[in-house]
Amino acid sequence: MRIELIKRPQHSALFSALSPFIAFALTLAAGGILFAILGKSPLAALYSYFIEPLTEIWSLHELAVKATPLILIAVGLSVCFQSNNWNIGAEGQFIVGAITGSIMPVLLPDFQFWFVLPLILIFGFAGGAAYGSVPAFLKVRFNTNEILSSLMLVYVAQLFLDWLVRGPWRNPEGFNFPETRQFHSFAILPEILPASGRAHWGFVFALLAALVLWFLLSRTMKGFEVKLIGQSPRAGAFAGFSDKRMIYFAFLVSGGLAGLAGISEVSGAIGQLRPVISPGYGFTAIIVAFLGRLNPLGIVAAGLVLALSYLGGEAAQISLGVSDKTARVFQGLLLFFVLACDTLIHYRIRLGTAQKPEGTA
Amino acid sequence: MNTTSEQRKNLLNVRGLTKVFGTLVACDHVDLAIGHGEIHALLGENGAGKSTLVKMLFGSLEPADGTIEWNGDIVSISTPAEARHLGIGMVFQHFSLFEALTAAENIALSLDTQTPITTIAEKAREVSQAYGLPLDPYSLVGDLSVGERQRIEIIRCLLQEPQLIILDEPTSVLTPQEADKLFETLERLRDEGKSILYISHRLEEVKRMCDNATVLRHGKVVGHCDPRRETASSLANMMVGSEVGKVVRPASPMSDAAEPVLEIRALSRPPDGPFSVPLRDIWMTVHGGEVLGIAGVAGNGQGELFEAISGEVTQRAAGEVRIRGTDAGLLGISKRRLLGAAFVPEERLGHGAAPELRLTENLLLARHRTDQASYVAAGGVIRRDALTKATKRIVDIMDVRKSAEDPEASALSGGNLQKFIIGRELDRSPRVMVVNQPTWGVDAGAAARIRQALIDLARSGSAVLVISQDLDELFEVCDAISVMHNGHLSQPMPIAEATFEKIGLLMGGAEGAEVSHAAGAS
Repeated sequence: MRIELIKRPQHSALFSALSPFIAFALTLAAGGILFAILGKSPLAALYSYFIEPLTEIWSLHELAVKATPLILIAVGLSVCFQSNNWNIGAEGQFIVGAITGSIMPVLLPDFQFWFVLPLILIFGFAGGAAYGSVPAFLKVRFNTNEILSSLMLVYVAQLFLDWLVRGPWRNPEGFNFPETRQFHSFAILPEILPASGRAHWGFVFALLAALVLWFLLSRTMKGFEVKLIGQSPRAGAFAGFSDKRMIYFAFLVSGGLAGLAGISEVSGAIGQLRPVISPGYGFTAIIVAFLGRLNPLGIVAAGLVLALSYLGGEAAQISLGVSDKTARVFQGLLLFFVLACDTLIHYRIRLGTAQKPEGTA
Repeated sequence: MNTTSEQRKNLLNVRGLTKVFGTLVACDHVDLAIGHGEIHALLGENGAGKSTLVKMLFGSLEPADGTIEWNGDIVSISTPAEARHLGIGMVFQHFSLFEALTAAENIALSLDTQTPITTIAEKAREVSQAYGLPLDPYSLVGDLSVGERQRIEIIRCLLQEPQLIILDEPTSVLTPQEADKLFETLERLRDEGKSILYISHRLEEVKRMCDNATVLRHGKVVGHCDPRRETASSLANMMVGSEVGKVVRPASPMSDAAEPVLEIRALSRPPDGPFSVPLRDIWMTVHGGEVLGIAGVAGNGQGELFEAISGEVTQRAAGEVRIRGTDAGLLGISKRRLLGAAFVPEERLGHGAAPELRLTENLLLARHRTDQASYVAAGGVIRRDALTKATKRIVDIMDVRKSAEDPEASALSGGNLQKFIIGRELDRSPRVMVVNQPTWGVDAGAAARIRQALIDLARSGSAVLVISQDLDELFEVCDAISVMHNGHLSQPMPIAEATFEKIGLLMGGAEGAEVSHAAGAS
């Protein structure tokens, strides 16, 4: 027996819109089964995973904190993926943005002025963009596969950060803990509503970035160029657009936003550099981008959903005693079901009839 | 018409064969009967259902209804392997050959047996000699001409000793001389009692060679006839269902005073890859008011020439391409458009238009620089209302038929999309128009419309360059014809002097002097 995917002549607009919701429902169902196998009550588990974090103000703030890097990175990736550039290295650009943004508060702790904050944000953006330009350059110049080069640069960035905080940038007054010194108050991204929780201005940046890129992609020539080159490179060349410039554009935008996410996380949520500053935001953002259908506004919603899975994972670790790795399982399930739903919207499955025995020709 | 006993003697009887795709009935109760030792023509416009019918006979598609009777037995053919086993062979229009392998290796790949390659080569040589299809089985496919590649496909088919051979538009890639050789081979096969199903839209060759014809229109059989008793125009009317509009070509205002609008001087281009053709020292001048045609067998550098003129690939020296007196060799495609040039590439989907973008966006694709003021507002914001209006204008003028207000390009049929793409460029009133295969895969009515539009554009003072493999088309629209062979471009031959034979010789690689000599001698 053979399983074939047959392209559907038309695809339903209704199901295209519903696809992320169907995928989410299937994820919940599969998660329920998973918890049942682990011997937990599925309903109670799903409640503490996906509902409980939404019942209190402080945890809504936490949701915004977690969603900030996911949305910032994913809207950048939507430009990349729509233009058919596969930047898998946002995690590395996030880390490098955090490092370059930290240069001033860590190395010049006494330089305390109001303009330090805007400067470190710009440094963060520039650092992420510069790191993103490496796979772009390799692709343009040597036709290197950007999936591999950007992914490998993630590990370089992670180990470089680890070396920095254990070595040259270690806090001299920090009792040998592998951490930099705490950022001074002029280098801290302030909280939006300090009275009620930790959500910082990075969340506003994320929403702004989503709005700006949504406008850019859906209404302007640049967005048209992104879509055209992504869908048909030859038609893009025929239209007079340069695919090489598009590679740089996509990697600079997505790298820059990942870098901005990195420095926002360090300056807004952590307050110093540590060996590990991200629970894999750069990779989870790939799921966010696809769950949001590569549309920046959809990505805001998707970012909140995925942030919930992080929060729920922490909550479930405490209340149910399951590993926090279940959050990763949920994220993986979600991506799997999103891609499966999308595929089934465009194709249908045909079970091949058993082949009749063939004579030798 | 036929008695039952006669039908029983037929090799193939098809009754009521039906295939439905969504809401489209591609084949609607088609009947077809082919006797032993008969060359049977299958005629029809693009989209009439010829390919669908043939694919059902060859087992690539499953019929929804109807029966296939082979040698008197009802059979069901669900794979090409079963079709071959029954004795049905097929030569496709687009070859499936590996260029880096030899002819014999390609043949071996299609045979299911473990025969050693030397035996296959020997057999192939025998068959090629027996049927007048000269071929060296050890030559690399990449080095062979299109005609020779077709011979491999035919030999590969013959080695399986089929009783019925299906040929899908076999002469569309051949020079007239190569086609003549193919006809001899087919006639020899017929004399041996083999049957041939011959798909074509070239009526002259059908009239010349075929014993019977079945004409399809919109998926239905509209007639069986003896093509030798019909005229080309009566056959055309059966295919199209109405009189095809005749293209009118007013006398060209060709005077020496007409200024050269498009000039190519000593254009050379190294090959891109192992199987791409280099351009070798090409010179060409197209004057205002003139249509220049470039004939040639596919794959002789026409695509490379188009890319070089359009600016998708720029030249090494600015003077190699001149548009309206400006050196344009170093300019990209947008700047060349700004000089007044317009381009229509051969491939519609994925080159001339993006399949998943809407018509309005596909209009923007080619016009965003030349009509920046109308279509793009400050800050790069796209003006959709202006695009919608312009799209509607083009759709009305070119009679583009579409199912939605602003459909994706891939939702249009090939002919309608081509009308839109041509209309998109004509709407600008370009001073230079370069078109590659203007009516490839377009039905007769739309083709006549497109050809007339090109002539009218030229007569309004623009320079038009038409690259085409279709000689009938070139003779219909051009004032002069050059021939491209292996990256060389011949001197233009004024249409009054040109004949199929002369152009055919040039397409086969003969030099200009030889052609006038050969033509003079005959």
